Amino acid sequence: MNTRTHYDVAIIGAGLSGLAAGVRLAHFGKRVCILERHSAPGGLNSFYSLDGRKFDVGLHAVTNFGRPGSRGTPLLKVLRQLRIDRDEIEFCEQRQSRVAFGPAGETSLRFTNDFTVFEGEVARLFPAAMDGFRRLVTLIRSTEPSPAATGVSAREIVRRHVGDPLLEEMLLCPVLFYGGPREHDIDFAQFALLFQAILLEGLARPYEGIRAILRVLLDKYRQAGGERRMNCGVSRIVQRDGRAVSLVLDGGGEVSADEVLSAIGGPETAALIAPAVGTPGNPAPGVITYVETVSVLNREPADLGLGGDTIVFFNDSPRFHYERPGNQVDVRSGVICMPNNFDFGAGRRLPEGLLRVTCLANYDLWAPLPEETYQADKRRWFPLVQGAARRVLGPVADAAFDAATIATDMYTPRTIARFTGRANGAIYGAPVKSPDGATALSNLHLCGTDQGLLGIVGSMLSGISMANRHVLLKAGGVGAAP
Amino acid sequence: MTKDDCKKLVLAIIADIAPDEDLSNVKPEVRLRDQLQLDSMDFLDIVMELRKRNGIEVPEADYGHLASLDSCADYLTPKFNALAAKG
Repeated sequence: MNTRTHYDVAIIGAGLSGLAAGVRLAHFGKRVCILERHSAPGGLNSFYSLDGRKFDVGLHAVTNFGRPGSRGTPLLKVLRQLRIDRDEIEFCEQRQSRVAFGPAGETSLRFTNDFTVFEGEVARLFPAAMDGFRRLVTLIRSTEPSPAATGVSAREIVRRHVGDPLLEEMLLCPVLFYGGPREHDIDFAQFALLFQAILLEGLARPYEGIRAILRVLLDKYRQAGGERRMNCGVSRIVQRDGRAVSLVLDGGGEVSADEVLSAIGGPETAALIAPAVGTPGNPAPGVITYVETVSVLNREPADLGLGGDTIVFFNDSPRFHYERPGNQVDVRSGVICMPNNFDFGAGRRLPEGLLRVTCLANYDLWAPLPEETYQADKRRWFPLVQGAARRVLGPVADAAFDAATIATDMYTPRTIARFTGRANGAIYGAPVKSPDGATALSNLHLCGTDQGLLGIVGSMLSGISMANRHVLLKAGGVGAAP
Repeated sequence: MTKDDCKKLVLAIIADIAPDEDLSNVKPEVRLRDQLQLDSMDFLDIVMELRKRNGIEVPEADYGHLASLDSCADYLTPKFNALAAKG
């Protein structure tokens, strides 16, 4: 196939940001094509089938939840910009979640979508730090939710406000786990954005998980006339005089476009540009990546004695080590998700129980293993990861747990890298973000994780804002209908 | 096109952009921002929908004319009629 197709806009990657950008552009009459290497859409928030079951990857919970009628929230902006009616995606709220520190999670801060619950918990456990905590929350609320870095350490600001080292770690833990692109710390602007998304706005999910959101985006995109090519990766971005002039596809074909949006990551995009421009290895990829175990249970986790929490961020000691582990996995801390514990409405339950446990992992110690060793290491780590979570969830006898388990699965940084193309399997992308989407080429712009907005809603907002800024709001950006 | 037609058309655009807003009691003389939750992204969408659906151009310097339904009608109705006369 040597025919070259020209588009107004080509989008690399059918994740949430690429799809949202596509919906926006197609709605306003642009000729758009989304190019996706994988066979399924979703990118870092996708799904897969195993033995007839569909599993979500990425999505534990949609952050940035806002109830109908809530004002000015990122979720509302996304729904409006994509012309999605509230009823098209039904969001079910979390029941309750926790940040749990200590060997069995004894020091525990509960939170729900009502922020006063979390405030009350902080007041109960850290009365002396309460004034500082309130000032910190005021500062967070007044921080514009922008991905532009301030260069200020969140850890320093939190420390200055709350004083207490344990509370400092317990506030950083959920934020870093749900979006920290670098080790130990995070820029204060990003901290504020994620704190708002997780604790001030809250957690929810559609009954069907990520597929419910992807389906709506794909339908809107198709109805607006957008084109999509799956199993069709971009292997090279050919540049001339600082402009992307052609995208060479894995199969050998080519497409060209006036503007190109890349949702595949900053370093990953830079690596495709030929002839190369800029400094090799800059921007540098991130190193934060995870393993996740999934246990399918024959009953609700609560009925097995695992409790009614939706999400638990756990850490076994007062110090939280958010870093690339020295071993393949670090089971000292992690995130538990029990999707059954969203409020799906009276009488509605997920068909099976699910326990998902996520721990920090080291890509380099998983990537090069021969297949046999890789599988053996997965089998070795599975019970350790799951065991770390079960210590926090309360005592359930191994025999009872094993009897209730009907299927298991586990994915590693190697799986993430393979299906998303992310260097190091770094799920929150590169430590240095590009808030204006700029790359080394004038008509190539980043959207998604490496533009700096994270989470499901953040990703969509990133795609929308980059489509607006670099295409629709440019002079002559929106053509009149014929 | 009458000014009333024009107001209906603008309201229809707002209804598509912000389906979560109650538009049954929008006062034509009051600034839209003061009675509805519309931010700058929403106003840009009104401009873009006018261009897409009706071929009406609103240059950035004129965005202020879109403040209320009345001012929209004053500003846009002549544009619609000029376009119709041309076509």
